[in-house]
Amino acid sequence: MNDPARPSPQALLKAARKESRGALKIMLGAAPGVGKTFEMLREGAELLKGGADVVVGVVETHGRAETMALVAPFEVLPRRMIVHGAHKLDEFDLDAMLARLPAIALIDEFAHTNAPGSRHPKRWQDVEELRDAGIDVLTTLNIQHVESLNDLVAGFTRVRVRETVPDAILDDAEIEVVDLPPDELIERLKAGKVYVPHEATRALGHFFSKSNLSALRELALRRAAQAVDRSLLDHVALVGEGGNWAVGERVVVAVGDQPGGDALIRAAKRFADAMRASWTAVSVETPRNATLSDDARSRMAATLKLAASLGAAIVTVPATSVYEGLRAHIVETRATAVVIGKTRRSWWFQLRHGSVVDQLIRELENVAVHVVPIALAPAPEGETALRRTSAAKGIVAGLGMVAVTTAGAVALRPIVGANSIDIIYLLPVIAAATLFGLRASLVASLAAALAYNFFFLPPIYTFTISDPQNVVTLLVLIVVAVVASQLTGRLKRQATIGARTATENAALAAFGQRLASVSDEAGTAAAVCEEVAKLLDVSTILLAREQAGVVPIGASPPGALLGALDMAAAEWAFDRGEVTGRDSGTLTSSDWQFYPLETALGVLGVLGITPQGSGDPVPPDKRVLFTTLLGQAALAHERLKLEANAREVSALKQRDGLRATLLSSIGHDLKTPLTAVVAAADALAAEHGETGTTLTLKGEARRLRRVFDDLVEMTRIEAGALVVRREATDLTDAVAAAAHDLRAELAGHQLVLDVAPSLPLVEADPRMLHHILINLLGNAAKFSQGSGPITVRARRSPDGLTLSILDEGPGLPAGREASLFDRFTRVDGDDMSGGTGLGLAIVKGFADAMGLGVSASNRDPVGAVFDLDWPEASIRRTQP
Amino acid sequence: MNGQILIVDDESAIRRLVRGAAERAGYGVSEAGTAAEALTEAHREGCELVLLDLGLPDRDGIELVSLLKAIDRAVIVLTARDDTAEKVAALDLGADDYVVKPFDTEELLARIRAALRRRNSARSANAPLVVDGISIDLAARRIMRDGEEVRLTRKEYAVLAELARHPDRVLTHAALLRAVWGEAHVDDVEYLRVVMRGLRLKLEKDPASPSVFRNEPGVGYRLIA
Repeated sequence: MNDPARPSPQALLKAARKESRGALKIMLGAAPGVGKTFEMLREGAELLKGGADVVVGVVETHGRAETMALVAPFEVLPRRMIVHGAHKLDEFDLDAMLARLPAIALIDEFAHTNAPGSRHPKRWQDVEELRDAGIDVLTTLNIQHVESLNDLVAGFTRVRVRETVPDAILDDAEIEVVDLPPDELIERLKAGKVYVPHEATRALGHFFSKSNLSALRELALRRAAQAVDRSLLDHVALVGEGGNWAVGERVVVAVGDQPGGDALIRAAKRFADAMRASWTAVSVETPRNATLSDDARSRMAATLKLAASLGAAIVTVPATSVYEGLRAHIVETRATAVVIGKTRRSWWFQLRHGSVVDQLIRELENVAVHVVPIALAPAPEGETALRRTSAAKGIVAGLGMVAVTTAGAVALRPIVGANSIDIIYLLPVIAAATLFGLRASLVASLAAALAYNFFFLPPIYTFTISDPQNVVTLLVLIVVAVVASQLTGRLKRQATIGARTATENAALAAFGQRLASVSDEAGTAAAVCEEVAKLLDVSTILLAREQAGVVPIGASPPGALLGALDMAAAEWAFDRGEVTGRDSGTLTSSDWQFYPLETALGVLGVLGITPQGSGDPVPPDKRVLFTTLLGQAALAHERLKLEANAREVSALKQRDGLRATLLSSIGHDLKTPLTAVVAAADALAAEHGETGTTLTLKGEARRLRRVFDDLVEMTRIEAGALVVRREATDLTDAVAAAAHDLRAELAGHQLVLDVAPSLPLVEADPRMLHHILINLLGNAAKFSQGSGPITVRARRSPDGLTLSILDEGPGLPAGREASLFDRFTRVDGDDMSGGTGLGLAIVKGFADAMGLGVSASNRDPVGAVFDLDWPEASIRRTQP
Repeated sequence: MNGQILIVDDESAIRRLVRGAAERAGYGVSEAGTAAEALTEAHREGCELVLLDLGLPDRDGIELVSLLKAIDRAVIVLTARDDTAEKVAALDLGADDYVVKPFDTEELLARIRAALRRRNSARSANAPLVVDGISIDLAARRIMRDGEEVRLTRKEYAVLAELARHPDRVLTHAALLRAVWGEAHVDDVEYLRVVMRGLRLKLEKDPASPSVFRNEPGVGYRLIA
C-alpha cells in the first residue's frame, strides 16, 4: 500500500525535470492582431527592469514602428541567413542563443515552420532545446495552431493552418490569454494595424468575421482554463493529496430510458473533464427493456449518441437488473465514480425494482456516487392540442346554448309574443363570449340569428328575411358578441396578470424577508440560490471571489458541478460585470448563464443559473421578476460586506485601543520601579557621597528607560499607529532642546551648533523630531569618544533644507550605510555602548512618518554624517 | 521649617524615597496614596506644594490639578508617560511644572525650589528681573543687556514680559499666543517662533545655543531665571 501522503515518483520526476528545465510561458491569442507580441515584449521589459538577463531571439515587427520601439531596450540576437533557392530567409539562430545562454529568451511565433535545412523543422522544437539548456522562454501562439483544435478551427473558419504545436507542449507551459473583444479587433484590422500572413489574405473577410472571432476567443479562454486546471492537479498530485488521481480516474455514467438524459450526459462530461478522467456511458439491457415504448428507446439511443459525440466510450451491458449490470461493469473496469440521474420514478416503481442509487451507495465501497438532478422536458405539442380542443368545445357549447335558448323561446312564445324573443337570444351570445371567447360567441351569434329567423320571424320555418328588422337583429347580436367577448377577454387577461403580479409580489416579499433574516454569507447565498431556483424552476449556483479565486458559496440543488469552461465564464462575469455563458455574448457553450451581482462596492458575487432541461433559463415573462431578485440579492451581499467592513474597523480600533492601553500600563509599571531605583541611588549618594555604585545605578536606570522608550516607539511605528502632529519648528530651538536633554551624555564633547538664524521654519512633529535628534546626537557622542567635535549644521539645499549631524569618530562600516536603518542593526562596539539596535530604525520610522529623508555616509577623512532632509513643501514662509 | 510638601503617589517606595530627599533638603513632608487622601492632606494648613503623580488608583490625577490650584497650592506633576498632550493639559489647567519619571532627585529638588520661590515672590513683583546679563524691568518697560538698552518690537516685548512674569515656569504655546495675540491665534505657533527667534538674537549671548529661553518641544517656552 502506498503511503497516501507521499508524492508519486512520476510527479516528483516531472517536478525535478521542471526545475532544471527552463520554463515556458505562452501568450495565447484568438487571432492575429490581438496584441500577443506586444504583451510578450511588455512582460519581457518588466523582467528586464527587474534586472533579469532577457534577450530577444525573434520578434516579428512587420515593419511597425510601435513594435520596433518596444524592441529597442532589448539585446536582439542577429538572425541566421539561409539561402533557399531564389529566396533568402532569415531564421532564428538557435546556436547563437545557446551560446549566449541568457536567463530568459523572447521568441515570437511559436508555431513557425523553420526554413528547410534548419536543425529542427519547427520553431517549438528550437524552444524545447532552449528550455533543455535551462533558458526560460516567452513566446506567442494563436489558438488555431494548437494541434487538437486545428480541425475544429478549420471547420468553422475554413482556413486550415499547417503549422501546429502539440498539446503536450502547452500542458507544460504557463498560458496567458491575450484577449481583445472581437469588435475591437475588427476595428484594428480596418485601421490596418494587423499584419495578416500572406496565405490568409484570401480568406480574410471570412476569417475575421465576428462570429469566428468570438468562437476563437472562446476556444482560447477555454484552453487556458484547462491549463490552469491541469497545473493545479499536477500540484495536488505532487504534494501527495489524492495520490490515486495519478493512476487515473474512471467515470461511469448510467444511461436510462427516462427523459433528461442529455443533461445527465453533459453533467458527467463536465465531471469527467474536471477530474481529467476517462468516462464511459453504460446502458443496461434488462428484460424490462423489451416492454419499453418506441419513444423511450429512441431517447436512450439519442442520449448514447450524445455521449459518444462528447468523447465517452459506449457500453451496453445485459443484466437482470440495472443495478446488477452497473455493479458488474464498475467492478470489472475498476471505475472510481459513477454518475447517475436522480430518479423521478414513483415509490411503487421503486418498491418493485429497488432504488439503484441506494443499492450502489450501499454495496460499492470505493466508488463515489454522484446523483445528478434531471428535469423532465415539457411537452409543447400537447399544450397546443389542448388549446385547440378547448376552442372546439367552446363552439359546440355555444351552439348548444343557442339550441337550449331556442327550445325555451319556443315554449315561451305563447306567453310573451314573438317580438321580445330576440332579446332572449342575447343570453347565449353573451354567455359564449364570456365563457369561451370571441370565436365561440361569433358562431353562437350567427346561429342565434339563424334560429331566430327560422323559428320566430315570419315566414316561420324558412330562412327568408321579409323584414329589414331581421338584419338589424342579426347585426346587433354580432356586435354584442364581439364587444362582450373582448370585454371579457380583457378582464380575464387582467385577472391573470393580477394573479401573477400578486404571486410575484408575494414571492419577492418572501425573498426579501428571508434575506433580511439571515446575517451571514452562507445563509444569504443559500437563500438566494433556493429562492431563485424555486421561482424560475432552474438550478442555481452562487459564486464569490475569495483569496483562492472564484469559488461557489451556495447552490440549489446543492453540489452543482461547474466545469473549467463554466468557471471561466463565471470569472468573466466577475471581471467585466457582464452576463456570460449560455445565450449571452461570451463563452456561450457553457450550460450556465452567469449574472453579476453589481453593487456600489463592485461585483460582489455571480449567480449562475441553468434550466432543468433545454430552453431559455429566464422566460420573457419572468425577466422583470428575475432582475428584481438579482437586485435584491446584490443588495443583501452589499449589506453583508458593509457590515463586515464595519466590524473589521471596530475590531481594528479596539485592537489599537488595547495596544495603547497595554503600552501605557507597561510604561507606568516599568517606570515606577526605575524612578525608585534612581531615587534610591540618589539617597545613597546623599548619605554616603556619590560613589561608582550610585553613578552606575543611575546610568543603568537611564539606559533602561531609553531602551523601553525605543521599544514603545518601535511598536508604534510597526503598528502604523503613529499620529503625526505637524508644527512650525525653529531648528535652533529643536537642537537646543535635544542638546539640553542629552547634556549628561554630551558632557566632555565639543558641540558645534551651526544653524543659521536666518533659516526658515520647517514643519515637524515636535516629539518625533526631538526623539530623532536625541538618537542621532546620542549616537554621535557614543562614537566620537575623545575624537573631535560633534557638529550640528543646517543648510538650505536646492530642494529644501538639510540638517546634518557630523562627527569625527571611526565612521560607518563600509557598504552598510543603507542597512544601518534596519531594525537591530548594530555597529561594532555598539554592545559596549549599550544600544538596542533600534535607535536608527526609529529615526528612519519617524522621518518616514513626517515625510523627511534620512541618510548616512562617511566623511573625508574621518567620521560619519547623518542627514535629515526636509522637502521644499515642508518649509514655512509665513511671517507674522 | 522650609515649607510643607505633599507627595501624592500610589507607590509607597517612591513616596518614601522622595520623602527622604525632601526632608534632607529641609522640607516638611506629608504623603497620600490616593486622590481622596491627597485632597484631605492638601487642605491642611501649611501645605504649599503638591508633587502629583497622574496615575492614581481612584481618580485621574489631572482632575486634581485645578482643585489644588483653587486652594492656591503649587503643583508639580509627575508623569510616567512622555506625552506632550498630557503635559500641555496639566500646564493649561494651572500646574506649575512637570517632571518625567524616572527623574533625577537633584532636578526634582531644583524644580521644587523654583516653584516655591515663584509662589513666595510673586507678590513683590515689580523689582527688575536680572538673568544672565539681561535686566528686565517691566515697571519701566525697559530691557537692558550688558548695560545697554535693547529695542524690542511690541510683540517681542509682550512675549518677554509674559515669560518674565513667570520665571522658570513653562508657558505653553497656547498660553503665550492667547496672552499676546489673542484667542483667535492660539494655534499660530509660527508667530511665536519668529518672535522667539528675535528675542534670542537680541538677548542671548550665543543665539545658536540659547541658555535663557528654553524650548520645551511640543509644549512651550521657559525663561530660565
